Amino acid sequence: MTTIDKTASAPSRRIEDDGKTPLLEVRDLHVEFKTRDSLVKAVNGVNYSVRAGETLAVLGESGSGKSVTAQAIMGILDMPPGRIPQGEIRFRGEDMLTMSNEERRQIRGRKIAMIFQDALSSLNPVLSVGYQLGEMFRVHQGMSRKAAKAKSIELMDRVRIPAAKDRVNDYPHQFSGGMRQRIMIAMAMALEPDLIIADEPTTALDVTVQAQVMDLLAELQDEYNMGLILITHDLGVVADVADKIALMYAGRIVETAPVHELYKRPAHPYTRGLLDSIPRLDQKGQELYAIKGLPPNLTRIPPGCAFNPRCPKAQDICRSEVPILHPVTEQDGTDLPGRGSACHFWKETIHG
Amino acid sequence: MPDITKSSAKPADDVVTATPDTAIAVAAEPARSLWGDAWRDLRRNPYFIISSFLVVLLVFIALFPGWFTSADPRDADLINHFLKKPELGSFFTADWFGYDNQGRSIYARVIYGTRASIQVGVGVTVIVTIVGGLMGMLAGYFGGWLDALLSRITDVFFGIPFLLGALVVLNAFTDRSVSVVIGALAFLGWTQIARVMRGSVITTKQADYVVAAKALGAGTGRILIKHILPNAMAPVIVVATIALGGYISAEATLSYLGMGLAEPTVSWGIDISSASKVVRNNPHALFFPAGMLTLTVFAFIMLGDAVRDALDPKLR
Amino acid sequence: MGRYVARRLLQMIPVFIGTTFLIFVMVRTLPGDPIRALWGDKAPDPTQLAALRHEYGLDDSLWQQYLDYMKGLFQADFGKTVGGRPVSEILTDAFPVTIRLAIIALLFEMILGLVLGVFAGMKRGKIVDRGVLILTLLVISIPVFVLAYIFQTVFGTELGWITPTVQDSMNVQELMLPGIVLGSLSLAYVARLTRTTVAENLRADYMRTALAKGLPKRRIVVNHLLRNSLIPVVTFLGTDLGALMGGAIVTEGIFNVQGVGGALYQGLVRREGSTVVGIVTCLVFVYLAMSLIIDLLYAVLDPRIRYA
Repeated sequence: MTTIDKTASAPSRRIEDDGKTPLLEVRDLHVEFKTRDSLVKAVNGVNYSVRAGETLAVLGESGSGKSVTAQAIMGILDMPPGRIPQGEIRFRGEDMLTMSNEERRQIRGRKIAMIFQDALSSLNPVLSVGYQLGEMFRVHQGMSRKAAKAKSIELMDRVRIPAAKDRVNDYPHQFSGGMRQRIMIAMAMALEPDLIIADEPTTALDVTVQAQVMDLLAELQDEYNMGLILITHDLGVVADVADKIALMYAGRIVETAPVHELYKRPAHPYTRGLLDSIPRLDQKGQELYAIKGLPPNLTRIPPGCAFNPRCPKAQDICRSEVPILHPVTEQDGTDLPGRGSACHFWKETIHG
Repeated sequence: MPDITKSSAKPADDVVTATPDTAIAVAAEPARSLWGDAWRDLRRNPYFIISSFLVVLLVFIALFPGWFTSADPRDADLINHFLKKPELGSFFTADWFGYDNQGRSIYARVIYGTRASIQVGVGVTVIVTIVGGLMGMLAGYFGGWLDALLSRITDVFFGIPFLLGALVVLNAFTDRSVSVVIGALAFLGWTQIARVMRGSVITTKQADYVVAAKALGAGTGRILIKHILPNAMAPVIVVATIALGGYISAEATLSYLGMGLAEPTVSWGIDISSASKVVRNNPHALFFPAGMLTLTVFAFIMLGDAVRDALDPKLR
Repeated sequence: MGRYVARRLLQMIPVFIGTTFLIFVMVRTLPGDPIRALWGDKAPDPTQLAALRHEYGLDDSLWQQYLDYMKGLFQADFGKTVGGRPVSEILTDAFPVTIRLAIIALLFEMILGLVLGVFAGMKRGKIVDRGVLILTLLVISIPVFVLAYIFQTVFGTELGWITPTVQDSMNVQELMLPGIVLGSLSLAYVARLTRTTVAENLRADYMRTALAKGLPKRRIVVNHLLRNSLIPVVTFLGTDLGALMGGAIVTEGIFNVQGVGGALYQGLVRREGSTVVGIVTCLVFVYLAMSLIIDLLYAVLDPRIRYA
């Protein structure tokens, strides 16, 4: 499983992974967008990390900053209007924000790849699927057109697209939604990257197809021991595949936890609210819970905890002080590794 | 409430696909309408301010030329004024822009020529918008055989080269007054609006709120007037404003070729034509009417541009 | 594909008939009698007049005249002028000149328009963009005959780079300047259209994908952005060829180019209906042929278009 690296500037360091440095580490990341008459603060101090072979699920409503964070990691934010006023994005210990454009381009697609939500609009409509897949090999590995096409067919086989050989010259619109998303996955997998960011990879798909695509993704991840950041707003998708969860609200992480602990014992009222609003079979006939209010306007994030206007447990302190991400412990003070909650009253929430 | 910002304000240009704004998801914005948004945008757009000021000024000149000059544009004094040079210091007097080869005040002629240009521009645009808009709306809304028929008729008129067609039509008239020129240009010009309107109505027709109105049992007339027209109008207004400048230019071109307006109507096109014969010695006779013509066309096209930018949320 | 072409050709027949009939009616109802004009101020001999009228078919009904004309067209017979010259001869003299002129104009507007439009679209809102917008606005606003005089005076009379008027209408070098004048209006449209589509496609999702793939900038722009953005521009350029030929009349007049415009103008002044109809028919034909070619080209450029 060696990758052929023709460019010397970014040597493959897959073997060096000692398990201590995370593959990717985001530290205190801020992203803002300057529009004509306002400053949209999309990301306000996000921290998370992913190791090889690990799956981090980033959850949140639209506008919570989860996609913007991902785009910042990929280096595909529109700048301007976007701006990263502070923060670090370390890939294998190196801060990518200080790299040159060319260095970052070498990482994109080759070391970190991305899968987008809407495969129809994310694939170029006027270029054949084979061309778009082959481009990865031609650009990053200098392959000939012919060799790249052969590799594309191989890739399409890998993601189990039937009759890959006949369909390699077809265009994106000629495939079904599920098949298109497989092509997106194939494109991301092409160079066997260390990390894949999947931005709502199944949201646009039928429920039955969703499971197939997620299984494929998990299988390939396992095979190549890749890190995976799975961005979604669907709690159901996360439960099966993720190792840990980061829940975002208004550009901040409000809770992190290993996946099953979060479902069992949420430590933030927002998490609790989300879990309570999942329909459950054993509560058939009862009115479904809904978090009241709307997500905040990112140009005017409320002072204190951004969730306070919608929080059933909000106190005065919530309206004045921004809660840090407290480490969450058992009642007796035993450490709960990987758990954190940005709530002043996390103790009451998890233990109360 | 229907989200009318969704109706694509699509200008004449071919537009490929709509692209959702990906990066910024602004939550809980106050609801704004397409027209309100456009107006807010326009008020701050310097192009709009300049062009609308020019247009208002030109309309005033066209309505009340007497306010701007006391000289008579037809007053010819060959003996004293033949091709007299401009006196750029004497503002608003008959001498300001000099005199033409018939000894007439160029300033007065430039002022009085505004009326014909504005009349033709506005006249053609109004007729074309009504006729073309109606044709386009019927074809787009009802579809089927009516669409096929109206579209073929549009194709027939569209196939005739505009300028040459207008020349042929105008050639049939010996007395080419302003209304004849308006008629000739409108006769050939309505197809553009019809096509834009048709496309716009077809897009609007499929909008969810129109489907909803239909499902609620609203009558055809009500749907057309209340729901489709206001939302399909945006691209038509843009195209019409820009076309208005084009019609003014076309009138001048026809008059220049001797097939448009004729004396004694004062027209910049005629003046440019006669000045072109003496351009070597007296460029000013050409410069002022040509400059005024350019400025007028410029004003309308710039106005259309500004309105387009404001109405097209996609490019904001 | 074959079926689509057949259907389009069928659709074009009523349009062709309609357009030619319209122009035929417009021309035949012109006041003034070209036959009567042969006698000038003298009183014509009534029998001779009637005989000539009959020879030219002018005593038939309009329908009959049109049918006869169309019959002739199928044998490439455009009729003849009152002077006895076959109209096809006038056409074969005039069209090669105007086609050359239009192609020069087309190349000019295509090359410069695309360059300006791509730069402006990629730097939307920046100084380049604003510059291109104002420049094109100005070019659109200046009527072509004013622009022609400016060019003629500056490059011909003042700088002496060219002779102010064209001596040999078939000489491509001499047609350069008139071609540029003719193409300038469309240049502005091409630049603006390109700018719009480039700016729009820049924001498309697939551009983000191309970036995420780690493609070099050049490749992103050329293979992804331009490949998509050029589709509407090609459409415009295709339909513009006919428009340029039809709009050449003013430019041709000012630069003394012996093309279609001049022939048509002469035809109108001399009340030579058959010349006018012949020219406009040819232009309509060019227009229809070009729109068919563009439609077919569209399928090549955009695989989403399917012809059923």
